[in-house]
Parts: sequence; C-alpha cells; structure tokens
Amino acid sequence: MSKNNSMSKALVRRETIAGYAFMLPSLIFFLGFVIYPMVQCVFTSFFDATMNREDIFVGFANYIELFQDKVFLGSLKNTVIIVIVSVPVTCIFSLWVSSVIYDLAGPACSAFRCIFYLPVVTGSVAVAVVWKWMFNNYYGIFNYIGTSTGLMENNINWLGDERFALGCIILILLTTSVGQPIVLYVSALNNVDQSLVEAAEVDGATKFQCFWKIKWPQIMPTTLYILVITTINSFQCFALIQLLTSGGPNHSTDTIMYYIYYNAFKLYRYGYGNAMGVVLAIIIAVLSALQFKMAESK
Amino acid sequence: MKKRKFMALALSCVMVCSLAACGGKDTGASQPEPAPAPAPAEKTDDNAASNADADSQTPADTSADASQAADITLWTYPVGSWGDAATVSGMISNFNAAYPDIHVTVEYLDYTNGDDQINTAIEGNQAPDLVLEGPERLVANWGAKGLMVDLGDLWTDEAKSLIYDSVQNACKSNDGVFYEYPLCMTAHTMAINRDIFEAAGALQYLDETTGTWTTENFQKAVQAVYDYGQKNVGAVYCSGQGGDQGTRALINNLYGGTFTNAEHTQYTANSEENIKALELLKSMDGINFDASIAGGDEVNMFCNGTFAMAFCWNATQEKNNTDQGNINFDVLPMAFPSETGEAQLCGGIWGFGIFDNGDPAKIAAAKTFIDFMANDEKQAVESVKASNFWPVKDLGDIYEGDALMSEYAKFIPYMGDYYQVVGGWAEARTAWWNMLQQVGSGTDVKTAVEEFVTTANAAASAQ
Amino acid sequence: MYMKQNQFNRSACYKIISVIIIAILAFTFAFPLYWIIIGSFKTSAAINATTPQWWPQEWVLDNYRKLFSRQVAALWEINIPFTGISLTGPEVPAAIRWLINTVFMAVVAMLLTCITSAMAGYALAKKRFIGRTVVFSLIVCAMALPKQVILIPLLREMAALELYNTIWAVIFPIVGWPFGVFLMKQFSEGIPGEMMEAAKIDGANEWKTFYTIALPLIKPGIGALAIFTFINSWNDYFMQLIMLTSTKNLTISLGIAKLQAENATDFGLIMAGASLAAIPIIVIFLIFQKYFTKGITMGAVKG
Repeated sequence: MSKNNSMSKALVRRETIAGYAFMLPSLIFFLGFVIYPMVQCVFTSFFDATMNREDIFVGFANYIELFQDKVFLGSLKNTVIIVIVSVPVTCIFSLWVSSVIYDLAGPACSAFRCIFYLPVVTGSVAVAVVWKWMFNNYYGIFNYIGTSTGLMENNINWLGDERFALGCIILILLTTSVGQPIVLYVSALNNVDQSLVEAAEVDGATKFQCFWKIKWPQIMPTTLYILVITTINSFQCFALIQLLTSGGPNHSTDTIMYYIYYNAFKLYRYGYGNAMGVVLAIIIAVLSALQFKMAESK
Repeated sequence: MKKRKFMALALSCVMVCSLAACGGKDTGASQPEPAPAPAPAEKTDDNAASNADADSQTPADTSADASQAADITLWTYPVGSWGDAATVSGMISNFNAAYPDIHVTVEYLDYTNGDDQINTAIEGNQAPDLVLEGPERLVANWGAKGLMVDLGDLWTDEAKSLIYDSVQNACKSNDGVFYEYPLCMTAHTMAINRDIFEAAGALQYLDETTGTWTTENFQKAVQAVYDYGQKNVGAVYCSGQGGDQGTRALINNLYGGTFTNAEHTQYTANSEENIKALELLKSMDGINFDASIAGGDEVNMFCNGTFAMAFCWNATQEKNNTDQGNINFDVLPMAFPSETGEAQLCGGIWGFGIFDNGDPAKIAAAKTFIDFMANDEKQAVESVKASNFWPVKDLGDIYEGDALMSEYAKFIPYMGDYYQVVGGWAEARTAWWNMLQQVGSGTDVKTAVEEFVTTANAAASAQ
Repeated sequence: MYMKQNQFNRSACYKIISVIIIAILAFTFAFPLYWIIIGSFKTSAAINATTPQWWPQEWVLDNYRKLFSRQVAALWEINIPFTGISLTGPEVPAAIRWLINTVFMAVVAMLLTCITSAMAGYALAKKRFIGRTVVFSLIVCAMALPKQVILIPLLREMAALELYNTIWAVIFPIVGWPFGVFLMKQFSEGIPGEMMEAAKIDGANEWKTFYTIALPLIKPGIGALAIFTFINSWNDYFMQLIMLTSTKNLTISLGIAKLQAENATDFGLIMAGASLAAIPIIVIFLIFQKYFTKGITMGAVKG
C-alpha cells in the first residue's frame, strides 16, 4: 500500500494501462466463459427454468427446496467426504512414495514415476471399465484375493454395498490422481539443498528430524501447489460416478456434481441445478480463499 | 534468436486467428436475432450452423422448396443394426435412389449418453430433424414438452387400419396427438441357461414349447438350481436404469401387478401384488438384489455362466452374443413367470419422430423419409429386418427360415400394455432402481415402494 | 559404532520393504492400462470370461477392425471464413478423425492458455495496477470451481454464440479457467525487479521488457503449464460430452464413451478405443516429462 502511495499518479496510470493490456486476452476468456456464465447461474437460480418454456421467477424457492432435499444434503456430504479424504491421502501417499523413490538409481526412479503417471493418461472410461471388473461381486480380483487368503469369509459386493461404494470410488480416484504429485515431489526432493542435510547428519540428527526440519520447509511450496490441484480434481470427480454407480447404492456415492448433472439433463430442472451450483461455488470460493490465505501466511 | 522470433510470430498468429474466429461468430450470432424470419433454416441446421457455407445454402433451400430438396439429420439410438453405419448408409442410398434431392446426415447415439446429447442439442438449438426411438422418449418426453411435430398426416386411415392397436395407442399422447410413426417392435423376455436347468432337474417346472411357467414353478425351479450348487441363479440388478424393463416385468408378472393404471396417468407399483412379488424375490435363495450391476452387466454375466437366468433379454441379445461367440450353452428364452402362466411382456416399440425445427421444408422431407422407410413395400421389410425386431403391422413372415427369430416370435402375442408413456418417466425410472436398491439393502418393502410411488406420481403430475 | 550399524540396517530394511510395497502398488495402479491394451487383442468371449486370461490365448484384431469400420468421417474439414469455401478431406475411420480433433483441441487450448496466462500472470505479479487485488481474488475464488456448476449457462451461451457442437466450445472454457494465470503469477514473482528496471533504462517498452526479460525467465513454468493443460484437456470428458454431438466433431474420449451400449456393451471395442486414445498421450508424457518436472520445481521453489 505504502508503495502505491509513493508512486506518482502518472506512474499509476501507466502501470494500470500496461497491466490491463497484458491482462486483456486472459480476461476476455475468463470473463466470457467463467464469470459471465457464473453470473447467469446465480440469476437463473431464482427462476423455475426448464426446456422450451419461459422461465418463471420463484425467488428463493429453489434454495429453500435445496436445503430440504435429502439427496442434495447427502450428496453435499459425500462431496465433502471425497475431498477431505482424498486430498490428504493423495498428498501423504505421494510424498511417501516420492521420499522412497527419489534417490533410487536413475532408471528405477523414472520408471516408478512413469508407472504412477499412467492412470492419469489412461482415460476415465477405460479406467472405470477395468476397475468395475476388478470389483466384481462374483469373480472380481479383490474378492478372489480376499477369500483365497482367508481375509474375507464371503464375497463382498464392493460397488453394490453402500458401506464400501464410496470408499471404492475414492480409491479409484486416488489411483488416477497421485501421478502428478509424485512427479512433482520427486523433483522437489531432488532439489533440496544437500549441504544442509549433510550438515545436519554430521550434527547427529535422525532421518526423521532431517526430513522434518530441513526437507519439509523446502518442499512446502510444492505441497501447496499439490494441495490446490488435488482439491480441484477431487471436487470434479464426475466421470467415475457416472460410469460406475450412477450415485447409488442408496445415494451413497451421489456427489453434487453428479446431482447437478442429473437435475439439469435428466429432469431439465435448470433453475434448481443452478441453485446447487451457486451453493457449491460459494463453498469452493471460501475454501480456496482460506487455502490461499494459509499459503500467503506461510 | 530467429527460431524464437518465428515461434512468437506463430503463436501470436494463432491467437489473433482464434480471436478473430471468436469475434466473427459473435457478430454472426447477433445477426439472426433482430431478423429471425428470413433465415430460420440457418439456425437449426445441424451441419450448416457451424460452417461458413450456411450462407450459400439459404437461397437454394427456399427456391427448391417445391421439389423437396433439403438437408435433414437423423439421429438413431442403437436399435439393432440401425446403430450400425454400414447398414444405415445402405438404406439411405435406397432412399436417395427414390428421392435424390433429400440429403440425410446420420448421427449414432448410445443409450448411456444419447438422451443427454439430444437434450443438450435442444438447448444448443441444434436438435436433429429425425430421431429413431420409442414412445417413452418421443411421445412422453419430447412430445409432451412441445418439441415434436404432429405426425397426424402420416397416420392415414390406411395406416391406422394396418398398424396394431396397442402400438397405435403407444404412439399418441394423452390428448391424441401422434408424435411417433412406428417401425418395429419386440417383446422383452427372460432367458435361462438350459444346460444348468437340465442338470439340476429343473426343466420339469417349465413348458419348453410355449416358453411359459407359473410363479409356483418358477420358485421350485430356482430352488432346484440353487440346491444343485448354482448359488447365483439370477439377480435383480439395480445399479442404474439399463435394462430396467426386465425387473419391472418380473415384479409385475409374478402376482399380476401393474406398473401404472390403465390410463397411464398414475404409478401403481405399490399395489399388494407388487409388494408380494418383491417380498417373494427378496426371500428366494439364489436371487439377490445387486446394486453393482445393470441390465448390460447381467447379460454379460448370464453369458459367461455366472447367472443361470437373465431378466434382460430379447432376440437381439441372443443373436449378438451368439455372433460374438460369448455363449457356449443352450439358451432357452422364457416368458416371465405369472400365477396363471400367461405373461404380460414388456414391449419395445421403435419408430420415428420429428423435432419441430421451424422449417417446413425439412419437416416435409423428414416425413417423406419416414414414409419411405416404414411404408415402402420393399424398404419396410428391410428397415424392420435391420432392427432385428418385428414389424408393427402384418408384413408377412419376414424372418422365414430364421430359426432364432421364429423361436422368439412366439412371445409377441404376450405383449402387454405399453405403459412407458406415463408422465415423469425419466424421474420414475431413476426412482425405480433406487427403490430396488433400498429393498436390497433391507428397507421394508412397503416403505420403499410407497416412497417410489410418491416420487414418481409427483413427477407425473408436475408435467 | 554399533548403534550406527543398527540404524543403517534399519533404514536399509525400511527402504527395501517400502520399495517392494511401492512396486506392488505401482503395478496395481497401472494394471488397468495393461488390461485394456491386452484386452483389446482378446476375443469377446475371453474378455467376458469369469477366469481372467492374464495373457491372451488367442490374439485377434477384431476389436480394432470393428473400431475402424464402425463409422467414417472426413479426415479434415477447413472452413475458410467469409468465403463459404470448405475443404473436406478424404473419408477415414471416425476414430482417426476423433484423434485429430483431440490433438487439435488440446494443442490450441494449450497454446492459448500459455499465451494468455503468461501475459496475465506477469501483469499480476509485476504491475501495480488499480483493481489488481480484485481481479486476483476473483481468480483465486474461481480457480477451484468445477465446470459442472456453470454447465447450463455455458451451454446456453455457446448456443447463442453458435459455437455449440464445435471444438471451440470445449477450448474456450479451458482457456478461461484461471488456474494458469494463478500459476504464472507465482512464477513471475521470481523475476528480479532490477532486471526490469535495467531494461526500462535501456529504453525498452512494456512489451519488449516482457518479451526479452520476463519470458525467458518464466519459460520453464510455461512448459509445465503447457503439459498440464494438454493432459487435462485431453481428459476433459465432461465438457466434451455436453458440447459436442456430431460424429465428425467428437473427441476420442467421448467417442469411446459413446461405444457403450445400454444392454450389450462391447468391452473389446471400448478397450481398443481406449488403447488408441492412451498411446499418443503416453508418448507425449515420456518425451516431455523432463521438461515438465524441471519447470514445476523451479516455479514451486521460487513461488
């Protein structure tokens, strides 16, 4: 702020013109294809809008219905569960894998990195088809391993049982999202200042202390970046649910994204779908702002 | 340095071009709005809209109106070989031999995403001109929303006298407007693995020649197969809407319940008969409610021997799976069990509907297309055969010498009421499999069906 | 000395066990891809069998034959604006056209994103302009917004712009997504102010300062963003599902999704399609992975 004040008016004007000139191409797309639809979304959420009919203004009716809709509240809960489970698990898992593989001999490390990256590029339809087969109730691999090793007495209907279905979805989501964090962590760990680590080891620090006191602060920016992209990814988990469970059994895997889609394109309740979108957008905006504040303060 | 300059130049070129493209479209879009009357064709035409050649077409369209020259689009769901490009383009060249001025572009939909694609296309002002599907979509969904063209002039007195009454009733809305012109139909059956049933000594409970059995014998047969060691006899699949006609037919038939009332205005799945049927299925050994599979998975698992019976079956299923070499046992198609043995099978009716895109020339051309495909003496047989189902009027024995189709033909007389035209169908379908999941996970049957009926009726009355 | 020895053994043990566990997990994670590729060469009966064939007993090309003979589309189609001329290529299997569409979509989205984000990120980091905080807060809040939220308005907007059912309807929302700007802002923070001052004193204008000073410094970041955008847009099945309908306009992942049937899914066909879609992107990853990792790390450390 103080810097701003000390600048002359002419400078401010010049900076502003230059700033917006550089921002312009990006702003066209951002305002046109993100902000404008978002404004429309908020606007339509106050209407009973459907296909081939004039929209009817209904005030807050959509929002009132929303908070009485058990399926919506359930899907909100499921979305939150997916995010709060998969984000930390993805981060911790990828950090652990990276810490083990980063100092392996070159080809081994790069091979691991690639293998973990493969699910990212396999494509969700194909991934879903194969996992569905692996989770099969009657002859899937997991049931086969479980029953033949004696861990399970009977076959478990993984995707057809409301106790397990969401867990299975999170697991599949995990396999498709650790690729990038591992790649990032491996290079971050390789870039840690080795002289500091050696100095600490000479001083008799344990491996754990070494990691926590020296490496962790240095890979912190990477962690923040990973947190952001993983959060985004887990909020967007849609294809897996559409292809594997359609939100079932008993709505145990319904997420807001899937429910918006269902309301918009199966029931044509555009206004209602938009109201859900607005609620979700507010939640996400608050979360992002918090995350960012955290990042700034560190 | 040179390289970098070149790169930058290339990048900025791309940027400018794309911005120009964007801007260009922008002005293009604002043009038709103040003056929509002169060129409505431009806006709706699926192919031309995105292309610059739309301009050049407009004059041709209007001047050639009389000779019916038009570009129309046909979207087909995979109804037999109507989902197969080679077969369809063959039929279209037949059509073009008779009507060279009507150009038909075909898009192939699938049942997973097809509805969404049509719905988004409607929102995107690019709805197809012609769609090949059944009354549940053409009449009860898009027809009821006022998106379809009244096909009354195709339904001549001759057509009405030829086409079976049950089909005719399904093709018109509650207020009597025809939104579909039917082409073919089938009766959805179930099937059993005859080898397993024989080994288990369960064949005695069914009538192989008529393909029927009573509810009592069905129970005995399932128990026999279960005792024989086939622990998974069948599954009430309910992970999604795929193949749900099978579970509906099974439950309705067991004790003679109905899915809707006779006027198709209300859902009646909470009747005593249906509750009794659900409770029976829940209590039977060897039948489990499986929320991890849908109709398609059930078919696969019947073919690979996991299940001894399939509830999602018809002639096409057997033909396709045999052709692909998936079946290595004897399949016996069966009607659904009922108390008397007389089943009411769930039917499928497929035909054409026309989206009202506001262009009379296109609508006229689309009607010509329907007339040719469904009524032309030679083509009608070919069109029906392509679907691998049966005609909706008497075309003679079109499957003469085809053993498989002859075997399944015996089920056609069992076709029951075509109730899929009731309002709120899309929401009711979802509520149906949700209800089955609840029953499967232990919710009281009565509570679950009551909830289903409440949801479904609310959806029906909302429409 | 004893202690040290013990500690060494323990950490070596930990390492070996960890590597073994990770190896097992890695193969589990990558199993779907393996299964799809070998599955695409199996017969339909073998795919559907209850006892898995870890290695095909009989190799067949039927699935690929079916994939390529199913539908056809023109290899390319170029409309020259304002002339009404349209150049159409020869007819090829639709799957080939889908691949071309996907590559075009991903490349254009990538280029546009990189250009716009690099400029905007630089401005946000280095220019003290009025409204900067507002714009930046908007970007941070919108960054994690799932596209499903704005789906319906976006669809109506694309319809009004007559972009619906064109590849641009998929590209523009990707470019508009502000994550790239955020990322490039973080990178640009590391550009030393003295270098920019020096350039200005030398008489360079704003554009030249950006082009000669900032751009080379944030190049690794742009590389990382490029790969990130490319892979994300390649996998962006959802937007494609909503925006594209014509066979000639589909992308490969949507084309594969459309191979599913309600009651008779041909898994062989899906696997063949999925293998076809995965191979180009794996090759791209393998080629560019060094660049990818280098770029991100530099930015992350500085940011």
